[in-house]
Amino acid sequence: MAQAAIELIGINKSFGAVRANRDINLEIARGTIHGIVGENGAGKSTLMSILYGFYQADSGEIRVGGKPASIKTPNDAIGLGIGMVHQHFMLVDNFSVLENVILGAESDALLKKSIAKARSELERLEREYGLEVDPDAIIEELPVGLQQRVEILKALYRGAEILILDEPTGVLTPAEADHLFRILKQLKEQGKTVVLITHKLREIMAITDKVSVMRQGTMVATRVTKETTVGELAELMVGRRVLLRVEKGEAEAGAVKLAVKNLTVKDQRGVTMVDDISFDLRAGEIVGIAGVAGNGQSELLEAISGIRRAVSGSVMLDGKPIDLTGAADPGELRDRGLAHVPEDRHHVGLVLAFEENENSILGYHDDERYLRGPFLDIDAIRNDAKDKITKYDIRPADCRLKTANFSGGNQQKIVLAREMEQDPGVLIVGQPTRGVDVGAIEFIHKRLIAMRDQGKAVLVVSVELDEIRSLSDRILVMFAGRIVGERGPEATEGELGLLMAGVEQREAAE
Amino acid sequence: MDLFNAIIQVLDSTIRLSVPLLLACLAGLYSERAGVFDIGLEGKMLVGAFAGAAAASVFHSALIGLGMAILISVAFAMIHGFASITHRGNQIVSGVAINFIAAGSTIMLGQAWFSQGGRTPALAPGERFEAINWPGAEALRAVPILGPIYAELISGHSILVYLAFLIVPFTWWVLFRTRFGLRLRAVGENPAAVDTAGISVAWLRYRALICTGVLTGIAGAYLSMVQNGGFVKDMTAGKGYIALAALIFAKWKPVNAMFACLLFGFLDALSIRLQGTPLPVIGKVPVQFMQALPYVLTVILLAGFIGKAIPPRAGGVPYVKER
Repeated sequence: MAQAAIELIGINKSFGAVRANRDINLEIARGTIHGIVGENGAGKSTLMSILYGFYQADSGEIRVGGKPASIKTPNDAIGLGIGMVHQHFMLVDNFSVLENVILGAESDALLKKSIAKARSELERLEREYGLEVDPDAIIEELPVGLQQRVEILKALYRGAEILILDEPTGVLTPAEADHLFRILKQLKEQGKTVVLITHKLREIMAITDKVSVMRQGTMVATRVTKETTVGELAELMVGRRVLLRVEKGEAEAGAVKLAVKNLTVKDQRGVTMVDDISFDLRAGEIVGIAGVAGNGQSELLEAISGIRRAVSGSVMLDGKPIDLTGAADPGELRDRGLAHVPEDRHHVGLVLAFEENENSILGYHDDERYLRGPFLDIDAIRNDAKDKITKYDIRPADCRLKTANFSGGNQQKIVLAREMEQDPGVLIVGQPTRGVDVGAIEFIHKRLIAMRDQGKAVLVVSVELDEIRSLSDRILVMFAGRIVGERGPEATEGELGLLMAGVEQREAAE
Repeated sequence: MDLFNAIIQVLDSTIRLSVPLLLACLAGLYSERAGVFDIGLEGKMLVGAFAGAAAASVFHSALIGLGMAILISVAFAMIHGFASITHRGNQIVSGVAINFIAAGSTIMLGQAWFSQGGRTPALAPGERFEAINWPGAEALRAVPILGPIYAELISGHSILVYLAFLIVPFTWWVLFRTRFGLRLRAVGENPAAVDTAGISVAWLRYRALICTGVLTGIAGAYLSMVQNGGFVKDMTAGKGYIALAALIFAKWKPVNAMFACLLFGFLDALSIRLQGTPLPVIGKVPVQFMQALPYVLTVILLAGFIGKAIPPRAGGVPYVKER
């Protein structure tokens, strides 16, 4: 048995009344890749933040390399050889790669010497671990996969022996994720210890040696990866059996509900994000749009739902045109039976400072059901909210609670309940389960399929390939603003991954 | 030759008038680059001006005056820091409060200590910074063109004028060539990156505010001990706000800041020069219009001529560790 790189003994941490970590014990062996899985809010990130000195544990002991360690600031952690790659990159966007790497670890008070030293050191690290990045590139001009590489380089430059990665693949294409895994395996071969925090069980199975499962602030189990299954891990995470793939029958596609023709949309910088896209959405089917984030899916959704003006093209809803290049507004589209669950529930879907019942009618607040004369009918609104809470199992079941106090999954259910309960003919959903727990994912998927079976037309945009594959009756792949291919749900992940990376398109052009 | 002399005179006063703007603008640059908006430049200059003139007249020393100006101005910068960094208060509110405190306290203390209606006593020669005449300035004055330029524009300013213009390249060097500058710019763009790199966000921002305080202190001392022979109430007259406008105009870059401040100084000098002078075609223009000219141009410049000015991304937002 290899020596432990890190031991956590009896770690407790509370935020006010919330016990984020309860008596956590964890041992991570040197030179291994150790996965930590758990639902959102299970306490994974808190535990790692304690290890990285971002927070202090209320009680408990941390041992690094067998010796008790006092980690009060990130500086202490860095000194002990712990490096962290955060979920949201901690990079200065308008600095160069080199400047980001040396920030906080400058060897000299003058930059010239520090940068010269870092440049040669980076070259060595690049050769050793296959981490190629142009040291003079500006961060905001790099794709996310490379930005993440800079984060890893930052940790290695500081002499990290133990590397913690928090949800590293959330923003990556399948190909980029594979590359990351190759890098991690290489790091492991060089004797580094890797801690991988994720909620994607497939990744855990693919790359880790051991996996620990957290649930509601406690460490419920640690397993050797080879001896466990995805099903067992999912059950441990949620505390009950979960269906990882929702059962569904054949789609019975009916009439065309939404016809998009030659739609072109530009973003605020004037860059064409949606380039001449055409597709039909029929009653009784779910069409999934796959693609790496930033390939125009967001702009497509915004245009169809009337939030963003299109440059040209036409969209017919139930055979009647929507004036997307001009005055179409989301309210009018709602009246015509097009409901929209936006990608970004925090900024577009909900007002977090509002009570739950207020959010549950947002956008439909002019509906007669919620009005008494010119005033809101508070009783009707609250009763309506209570119905939705019951029907969608929103927890906690308190319609007066501030929306910010619900978990991500329950917030998403609030938005879904609001849009689905209006009985729309067409439902457009962006990232239906982003930041949502395994248990809630199952629920949301079932609901979407139920909508389909009722004969509604459903358009789903998601960066999660698994989700697209398990929900969709037809899959459209977007790359660089165009639809580069249509596949059935039986398409393999590799096939879709290549389309998402734009590979096939380029080959076809040759 | 009259026209030439007039131009030289306007340019000479351009330099004199742009110095306090330049110092305040660079002061703002340090704090805003570190992510702390500072609308209190005006107030800090004002307390600096008062403290400088008061100390100089009491201790009969210009240097003690300058030191006191810097000290008090830094103290006010620390109040801003305490409210907006340590307690994560609203930076605009804190800055406005500082301006009010400065305006009120200088008059009140001035009246209490010197009983001259809020003024400080007129400074004697040794108590203010005198103009420095460069070698040969008088002798060369007679040389056509170059003579007056040397004698009027280059020579004959106070030490603080030269200091202000030296601080421009110095600031550039600090920001872009030193470790401190790198961290300072980083904390204004993404404080979380600085925090996770193991550097204290608060201490870094406090240090930036100390730089701000030092520079506003010098700016205040210049107003009361060079431009004027003593403190007069509200003598900053909105220069702190113009400096902020110049900072945006300069897109938060030191060398641009110098040119922006020279431009505003020039407009100011021109408006003084043209008061009461009939203009060709238009005829005589009311004094008030000429006085308003620099401000009108400020609005026009800021509205349409600077292109897109991207402020430091974390500007104005107190740093809170997220869960």
